[in-house]
Amino acid sequence: MTDGLLVLSNGLYFRGHLLGAPMEATGEVIFNTSLTGYQEILSDPSYAGQIVTMTCPQIGNYGVNPEDMESGTIHAAALVIRELSLVASNWRSTQTLDDWLTEQRIPILEGVDTRALVRTLRETGECSGLIVPVDSQHTLDMLREEALALPLMVGQNLARRVSTRELYAWPTEGEVRFRIVAYDFGIKHNILRLMAQQGMHVTVVPWNTPASEVLEMQPDGVFLSNGPGDPAVVTEAVEAVSQLLGQVPIFGICLGHQIFSLALGCQTYKLKCGHHGGNHPVMDYATEKIEITSHNHGFAVEETSLPNDVRVTHRNLNDQTVEGLESLTHPAYSVQYHPEAAPGPHDAQYLFNRFVTLMQAQGRA
Amino acid sequence: MPKRTDLHTILLIGSGPIVIGQACEFDYSGTQACKALKEEGYRVVLLNSNPATIMTDPGLVDATYIEPIIPHAVEQIIIQERPDALLPTMGGQTALNMAMWLAENGILEKHGVQFIGATPEAICKAEGRNEFREAMQSIGLAMPTSTVVSAVEDALAFAKTTPYPLIVRPSFTLGGSGGGIAYTPEQLHNIVSGGLTVSPTSEVLVEQSILGWKEYELEVMRDRKDNVVIICSIENLDPMGIHTGDSITVAPAQTLSDREYQVMRDMALAIMREIGVDTGGSNVQFAVHPETGEVMVIEMNPRVSRSSALASKATGFPIAKIAAKLAVGYTLDEIPNDITHKTPACFEPSIDYVVTKIPRFTFEKFSTTPDLLGTQMQSVGEVMAIGRTFRESFQKALRSMETGTCGLDEPDYTKHSGEPDAVLEKLLQYPSSQRVWFVADALRRGWSEERVQQLSHIDPWFLAQIRSLVTAERNIRKTGRSDMTPVMLRNWKRLGFSDERLAFLLEVTVSQVSKLRREWNVLPVYKLVDTCAAEFPSETPYFYSTYEEENESLPTDAPKVLILGSGPNRIGQGIEFDYCCVHAAFAIRELGYEAIMLNCNPETVSTDYDTSDRLYFEPITFEDVMHIVELERPLGVIVQLGGQTPLKLAKALDEAGVRLLGTPFGSIDRAEDREQFAELLRKLDLKQPRNGMARSLNEAVQIGNEIGYPLLLRPSYVLGGRAMMTTHSEEQLKEFFAEALSVAPEHPVLIDEFLVGAVEVDVDFLGDGERAELGGIMEHIEAAGVHSGDSACVLPPHQLSPESLRTLEEQGRALALELKVCGLMNVQFAIKEGEVYIIEVNPRASRTVPFVSKASGQPLAKYATRLMLGATLEGLGYRYTVPDDYSVKETVFPFARFAGADAELGPEMKSTGEVMGRGESFEEAYMKAQAAIYSTKLSDSRSVFIGVRDVDKAQMVPVAQQLVRQGYRIIATKGTANVLEQSGITDIQCVRMQPGHPDSLHDFLHRGEVALLINTTRSRKRKMDATHIRRLVLHYNLPYCTTVEGAQHYVQSFAKFGTPDRFRYASLPMPEAS
Repeated sequence: MTDGLLVLSNGLYFRGHLLGAPMEATGEVIFNTSLTGYQEILSDPSYAGQIVTMTCPQIGNYGVNPEDMESGTIHAAALVIRELSLVASNWRSTQTLDDWLTEQRIPILEGVDTRALVRTLRETGECSGLIVPVDSQHTLDMLREEALALPLMVGQNLARRVSTRELYAWPTEGEVRFRIVAYDFGIKHNILRLMAQQGMHVTVVPWNTPASEVLEMQPDGVFLSNGPGDPAVVTEAVEAVSQLLGQVPIFGICLGHQIFSLALGCQTYKLKCGHHGGNHPVMDYATEKIEITSHNHGFAVEETSLPNDVRVTHRNLNDQTVEGLESLTHPAYSVQYHPEAAPGPHDAQYLFNRFVTLMQAQGRA
Repeated sequence: MPKRTDLHTILLIGSGPIVIGQACEFDYSGTQACKALKEEGYRVVLLNSNPATIMTDPGLVDATYIEPIIPHAVEQIIIQERPDALLPTMGGQTALNMAMWLAENGILEKHGVQFIGATPEAICKAEGRNEFREAMQSIGLAMPTSTVVSAVEDALAFAKTTPYPLIVRPSFTLGGSGGGIAYTPEQLHNIVSGGLTVSPTSEVLVEQSILGWKEYELEVMRDRKDNVVIICSIENLDPMGIHTGDSITVAPAQTLSDREYQVMRDMALAIMREIGVDTGGSNVQFAVHPETGEVMVIEMNPRVSRSSALASKATGFPIAKIAAKLAVGYTLDEIPNDITHKTPACFEPSIDYVVTKIPRFTFEKFSTTPDLLGTQMQSVGEVMAIGRTFRESFQKALRSMETGTCGLDEPDYTKHSGEPDAVLEKLLQYPSSQRVWFVADALRRGWSEERVQQLSHIDPWFLAQIRSLVTAERNIRKTGRSDMTPVMLRNWKRLGFSDERLAFLLEVTVSQVSKLRREWNVLPVYKLVDTCAAEFPSETPYFYSTYEEENESLPTDAPKVLILGSGPNRIGQGIEFDYCCVHAAFAIRELGYEAIMLNCNPETVSTDYDTSDRLYFEPITFEDVMHIVELERPLGVIVQLGGQTPLKLAKALDEAGVRLLGTPFGSIDRAEDREQFAELLRKLDLKQPRNGMARSLNEAVQIGNEIGYPLLLRPSYVLGGRAMMTTHSEEQLKEFFAEALSVAPEHPVLIDEFLVGAVEVDVDFLGDGERAELGGIMEHIEAAGVHSGDSACVLPPHQLSPESLRTLEEQGRALALELKVCGLMNVQFAIKEGEVYIIEVNPRASRTVPFVSKASGQPLAKYATRLMLGATLEGLGYRYTVPDDYSVKETVFPFARFAGADAELGPEMKSTGEVMGRGESFEEAYMKAQAAIYSTKLSDSRSVFIGVRDVDKAQMVPVAQQLVRQGYRIIATKGTANVLEQSGITDIQCVRMQPGHPDSLHDFLHRGEVALLINTTRSRKRKMDATHIRRLVLHYNLPYCTTVEGAQHYVQSFAKFGTPDRFRYASLPMPEAS
């Protein structure tokens, strides 16, 4: 076993040993508090450019399987965990996590005091870091300098990196009730699966598709997907959405929500410590009910920047951040978190029904 | 929604005595609920019959009733206290059943009392077998199919639609006797016809088998706005087929992917909504097919439960406390997270460690019961351990057990005859309390995981963990001390290996390992249990150890005291000691010190992080205690309140220079060591029963002849009278001797004169080192020979002369002063023909402390703690006073749980719990205690059975006459009937013991005609009959007396308080403000 280090741009470092593909990795170091769902997390394009620390100490227990993929491949830069499972035990498992990551050339830093790492990130904020094998050529100071030189998440357009290059169709299961165009900023398969279940035929388009091209397709609704990186620099998409506003019902999730808010004239900011987990309480002000939701966002919408015709529909009860918006002028709404779950609770899946209702209210069906 | 303002007074019902399946977790939950309701400004009225509970401490709520949980008592209390609402979900099945009875009989409606926490409809839907099944069907969830049949043909017909194997369970039989698993129609035919014969209702349940499926549990909470959260997921290491209370369980669930887990979560939410639990916690159990993933619902409990207590400890989320707040109208978002204070309680805890619970069994006490786990719970306690990985947490749990194991020790094959592989195969297929050690040994012997899995149905994930530990053990042995490096040692500690196990494997001493670790700086750090995987800062100091980088436990500079808890509940050491430890924590905090608690029992109040200033959830072993001592540097450690668990460590701690507070360690030894003890009594000129010590059979026979029979035999250093017994002949002595030597080869057997007919008295003292004062005097109701923990007793004594009482006090005081008792001391006396004998002296808190404290209104454990911290009796202003009321303690037994166990009482302790009855007279107190155990049975039936041995027959005459005067009809065995008839009692019905006869006792019992049984038969010849009777009694849960004294007291009290309507109920006096 190769000893490995995670060196943070704040100068701190954590020891472990390298498993998976024993290679170097760089990225923004974040932690996720989900107890299950490592496969969905690793294959979720929103984690592009991130070194994912799982707070759950035993990872890999149930292996991986083809059904639980959230995209075609792994997007996270590396995985940091306390203990990798000795075996994979589950009736659906087709491969061990270790083998999968090795095959996909992603390193695992195992044996880390992940709790200490989380406490550090919680206090100092999420920062960049690099994973390297311990060798004699690199001193700790050299590695710290290297970590400090890593690009920050702020200002990075990662949607560009993970988005599809060509448009493609995700057919509905059964009768087509709605035709949807989905902007792919890093779309998760479960969003597409759920939309398909609702009778939506989805055309997935690249992140920078101009509004005119979308409107030419005459969709019943436009969906803005989740994705990685800083929303503020995905300017082509913001521009396109602002042109689509009022033309067609819009529903956004995660990065899609942030892009939507920017198009409405709001501002976004980087959270000191992002929300990544499956246990976040969110209040839906429409029903005053609380849903336990899946989160994965490092940026959020600045509430003070909201124009008068934009209303907060959902809020995180842990830190009061804005989790959902709706336009009072246009048929459009969005949520910061993940109603598609995968991984996470299914409490917020009604938001897909709301999309249906919204489109129906607009006379589209 | 804010809290309800239309409620003023809330009645809460506790769970009564500790029994298997319903233990002190309900004191933990109930105490939390009481505190939560008080915090909200409600007036709280509490009813519980169990005095050994924190919840019944006077002053915790506004009116505390230690009274039987029977309809009459509840109604009278309702009339007296006028509650607006009843919270029935905190006292286990006992409270739920009582509440349902009250609702069904219109009592609540009559007095305008509302249900809060759960509606009767919801309870009915969740608890009723058919109602629940229908509810599950209506929301599309599957359950194992089953049917109740009263004919073999019906069973065979059912089998046509349900695949084999089928489980057959006769209704209402004990320990599942008469049931079995049928793989073929022939087997089904045989088992069902057998089952129908033994079932008193001639009914058996035939059920689809899901043996070997994976078992899961979710803890769910819901508020009145329909917000639902899952607090914890639990996965059983043991498959379906072993009761979840008897299973090793792990949190969080380990082998479910997110997709599967979320499906289960959705089901749990749907069940909560369908059943209609609208405010509070519930648990839902699921079975999952290991190869197809098919999910079935097993059951749900619409109340806090054993597993909710475990989940609370496992996550830091106080389910009972929150459930109580939801019950009065709050919603989850309105309640802050108890640990982070900043985030709301409406969330799902994320944990960054692994929790393992291992149950503790006592099969050794019930030698006729096979050590075989099944669908009926048999464990009496449990331990929980927290580690960062399963392996670490599992091994920590193993060494917390206090069963002599320090890890995956090599199991003992000597009890099993046959070739090891064949023995193993059987042991893996038929799980016993020892199964994990045999699983490990099978892997150690090179068996494949597949083979072990096929036999045991344990998930491969767990087997891989155990395999890796076995492999690590081999590496440790191979490496040896000389080749070991600090890195290796650290890695092994990270896997959870105890120093003791490492020492064994490395063939060095434990102190060598411990020393080396300190030299190499291989030391644990402490991590916080914070509900949120460190995502948010938290204040609550609830810690566990692990071998990692960062230590989060930063001790303060304040002076502090470490309390060592009592570990897992077991027969002989139960909730009473936890009660004492909790009181110590309260007293320490009141004095301005920091109280640090160390314990590993998740059921307890002591492991509620609210109890102490800092809680360490750790094994109570020398290794683990020393780490905490070295980190926290307390001014002293309290070892005298947690029973044998901390006491066993006293010597090692003393030698390591740790300051033990209170009575000096030497005094413990002087009282425990037989020779020193004899010397002590000689010095004080006190008497003990004649005795001797035998290291061989010949010596024993010789001593026996010198003292004369009957004799009391016991191995030295025992707890709860383990393996203790009386012998009436040399022949019996020989039998016992062979057995005792196998119990503890290095310890000799102690032989005592058995004081026939003596009265035993338990006396508690408080001492400050210079002075000693009486704490309480308890007169036993059974004669000497029954273990003091199993005897009923009364405080104050009702039949002892003032001279005797004076003598007891003088002798006890002399002992306390000589032993420099600082804190508590318990002395057991026997009085025979005016002569006082010392049976035993324990210079520590005994299990009597809570009872005495409740009966006398004096918080003895708190006083003891203050004394240990330097207060004097004079300074405390403590004076012993004789209470005006009588209080009777009566015990409850687990015999019904153990197939084939005899219910006879003897010198080996067998009870699991106690109740207390209070009254203005002895008779009222005694009868209330009986009512607390046998609930409504008292007045229903009109016959009393008497069957006694010859020597007791004459004494039964006045007993029988009394009963006849009260209008009872006597039914008796032939011999007893003859004697009674000769003394003029007429209309005696002779009965036979064998079932099937027209006049068999069985039929009388079956028809519900028997109100009481008196049976003292002990002779070998009659023993089969006696055993049979006692099994029947257990079966029908009737009051029964196995001693003449018991019968006399019962009948005497019965005459005055035969029906509960003569009881008067009073709340405990409130404590004076200190």
